[in-house]
Amino acid sequence: MGVMPKWADVVLVPLISLFIAALLSALLILAIGESPVAALKLMIEGTLLRSSGWGYMLYYTTNFIFTGLAVSVAFHAALFNIGGEGQAMMGGLGVALVCLFIPWPHWSFAIIGASLGAAVFGMIWAGLPAYLQAKRGSHIVITTIMFNFIAAGVLNFFLVGALKPKGSMDPATANFPATTHLPTFEDMASLMGFEKMFRAAPANVSFFLALVACVLVWVLIWRTPLGYEIRAMGKSEPAARYAGIGSVKTIMVAMMISGALSGMMAINTTQGESERLILNFTEGAGFIGIAVALMGRSHPLGVLLAALLFGFLYQGGAELALWTKIPRELIVVIQALVILFTGALTLMVRGPLERLFLSLRREG
Amino acid sequence: MIRPRHWVGAAFVDKGILMSQPAIELKGISKAFGSVQANKDISIRVMPGTIHGIIGENGAGKSTLMSILYGFYKADAGEIFISGQKTAIPDSQAAIFAGIGMVFQHFKLVENFTVLENIVLGAESGAFLAPSLRKARAELAELATEYELNVDPDAVIEEIGVGMQQRVEILKALYRRANILILDEPTGVLTPTEADQLFRILGRLREEGKTIILITHKLREIMDITDTVSVMRRGEMTATVKTSQTSPENLAELMVGRKVLLRVDKVPAQPKQQVLEITGLNVVDDAGVARLNDVSLSLRAGEILGIAGVAGNGQSELLEVLGGYQSATGSVKVNGATLDLTGANSDGQSRRANGIAHVPEDRQREGLIMDFMAWENAVFGYHRDLAHQANRFFMDNAAIKAETAAKMQRFDVRPPNPNLTAQNFSGGNQQKIVLAREIERNPDLLLIGQPTRGVDIGAIEFIHQQIVALRDQGKAILLVSVELDEILSLSDRVAVMFDGQIMGERDPAKTNEKELGLLMAGVTGEAST
Repeated sequence: MGVMPKWADVVLVPLISLFIAALLSALLILAIGESPVAALKLMIEGTLLRSSGWGYMLYYTTNFIFTGLAVSVAFHAALFNIGGEGQAMMGGLGVALVCLFIPWPHWSFAIIGASLGAAVFGMIWAGLPAYLQAKRGSHIVITTIMFNFIAAGVLNFFLVGALKPKGSMDPATANFPATTHLPTFEDMASLMGFEKMFRAAPANVSFFLALVACVLVWVLIWRTPLGYEIRAMGKSEPAARYAGIGSVKTIMVAMMISGALSGMMAINTTQGESERLILNFTEGAGFIGIAVALMGRSHPLGVLLAALLFGFLYQGGAELALWTKIPRELIVVIQALVILFTGALTLMVRGPLERLFLSLRREG
Repeated sequence: MIRPRHWVGAAFVDKGILMSQPAIELKGISKAFGSVQANKDISIRVMPGTIHGIIGENGAGKSTLMSILYGFYKADAGEIFISGQKTAIPDSQAAIFAGIGMVFQHFKLVENFTVLENIVLGAESGAFLAPSLRKARAELAELATEYELNVDPDAVIEEIGVGMQQRVEILKALYRRANILILDEPTGVLTPTEADQLFRILGRLREEGKTIILITHKLREIMDITDTVSVMRRGEMTATVKTSQTSPENLAELMVGRKVLLRVDKVPAQPKQQVLEITGLNVVDDAGVARLNDVSLSLRAGEILGIAGVAGNGQSELLEVLGGYQSATGSVKVNGATLDLTGANSDGQSRRANGIAHVPEDRQREGLIMDFMAWENAVFGYHRDLAHQANRFFMDNAAIKAETAAKMQRFDVRPPNPNLTAQNFSGGNQQKIVLAREIERNPDLLLIGQPTRGVDIGAIEFIHQQIVALRDQGKAILLVSVELDEILSLSDRVAVMFDGQIMGERDPAKTNEKELGLLMAGVTGEAST
């Protein structure tokens, strides 16, 4: 600590880790007989060089920003929130209830209502494990994982029962009314006169909501007394007790904010894309959020960049699966390598880098 | 009685030959950890049959040097000579083989084993336990007679006192044929009487030809017992002198590099109204043990009440109750207002609102967030105060940073950079940051625990002055310290705690270490209370 300049710590280390992961992935791709260069070219063309590629990428990125922020806030309190999936599912339930049963005049009102619904449901779903941890010491990692399963069951129950429209065979709710539909990037581009952009891509206005969330989380953690208390408690519980920071209250508040953020992911998927509540809509975003938070070092800017990277990997991976013989599983392996090197193995990079800077400093 | 067995490597050498060589000689020992040079070109000779002291501030490099001698670290450069023979010490087994034994500050004993089992641990003489224990028992009896180190071999460690535990540590070394004994801060956990007993034992060992190295930061101990003393400062050996030819002031100056005032200059106290009134305070911990037993104290404005006692006798609980994070039964009134004693989670905010400030005993664990920057630590505990807010929602970080920079100047914190994390400051400067924070709140009652633990001599001087200045401004100060010197020098009244109770109160001008030492050990006589 303090050996490397800040820029090296925050930029160089993740970049080098990424590079190593990419190198190993390239070797893997070679091993199955495809060209890594061609694969990379395909990924970039399919994702960054087409507007609809961006449209898909930013759709995934929005999900990952929300779940990444959620895990980050909990990390600041030294809590490992693995329950993003379940909290997002419950958020989806909240969104569905708000959109189906309240007559909204316009989407700009609907999104506020849906945000509240998603946040409240996510909050409650995170609040229960938080209470158990704070009051009884039940480990949050265990309880939040279990709550993921419970949430899936609850969702199932509603989608097969109460919320399923009569006569339908599909475990899903009815379509949300048109007034709740969020404008996609395609819609927004057409409004501004750019036709034929972001064709059919699912990215929508909730992307901007995610950006706002980044700013709000930054302000909360580093500019408010509550954020101060969350960080203090995360760093040292004995010190927090000395300073009069209530641990029960702080654990619960941090987890509830985390749950609210996870829940809000559902606005993107449920209100923005599918426009009804379906089973399994989270598709593992809750877990990717963990990787995003680790890679982004729990800082909103880092989370944004990491979420962009993972969005790129997701969409690029889909392109690869479509156009080459590279199987979907390999994409998952590549994603795993990225997580491995930027999350778990940073020390592998950090150690030699610190020694390098030290020797440069000695000579200088 | 002369023991004919003295080992050097694998050879038996007659004691007579050994006397002319230094028992230990270090030449040019250097060791760096990353960018920190812990030991720089250290050379030292210790003659056999002497007690050699090594004194230095925290971070001077004493522990690193001893760790190299005991095989925990490998020096980057330099050589070690034991009794004139160059010796490599790659691990602690080699050190033991070379005749070096170490008694650590924090004992390495297995709590639920007996004395005998601990002594034999790692030095068993075969695959079966019983023969080893038998042999050890016989040896122990011999050692006990020879060195007057009496212990009960079948006593369980967790049931014997700290002084006895330390004797077991010494016996462990002697059992392994140590000729050279290194003791690291041995008196930290002992009462004055126990410390005296230890020094008698060390004197006896010296008579028998053992070489003893005593690492300590206590100047008086050096003067009392050592024959020679080396002073370390910032990784270098600044001087080695005969103890008879130096003085505490001289040593302090060598440690710091400038003249240091060792006693606090203060005018007599002028106590005013009652600030703190504690009646019948009781604290019971989770295991049902009474940590505070019917404690009653009072404290007035403009006076310093010193609480003396060996660590672990309830002083910490007392501070925690007053600081708001330990629940208790009884009555505590500050300026007439009764405090709510049920807050086990934390009531620190309301304590601070009642004009109580607290410098905790463990600054790194409780007083500071080590990863927070100095300016963030400067409002720790007071972060919700309106004075630090820019508006209803946000903290005014810019204003806090500016205020912190000013505080650091006033309290001579080095370096005066509010953006450094607390980790980057030395112990003394960390303590100054905490003190500055608490004192500048202008509290009615200041609680201080171990104000100068791990703090270098130069900063100790400053901190003591600050405490006395606060008292002269009419504040009430409750001082808890295990350093009797500090208690006697700063306090206007002294209360001694033992086993959760107040054993008695004394006037520091009229009492002495011996009397307090007895109270600290729980000995009450007709003279007490």
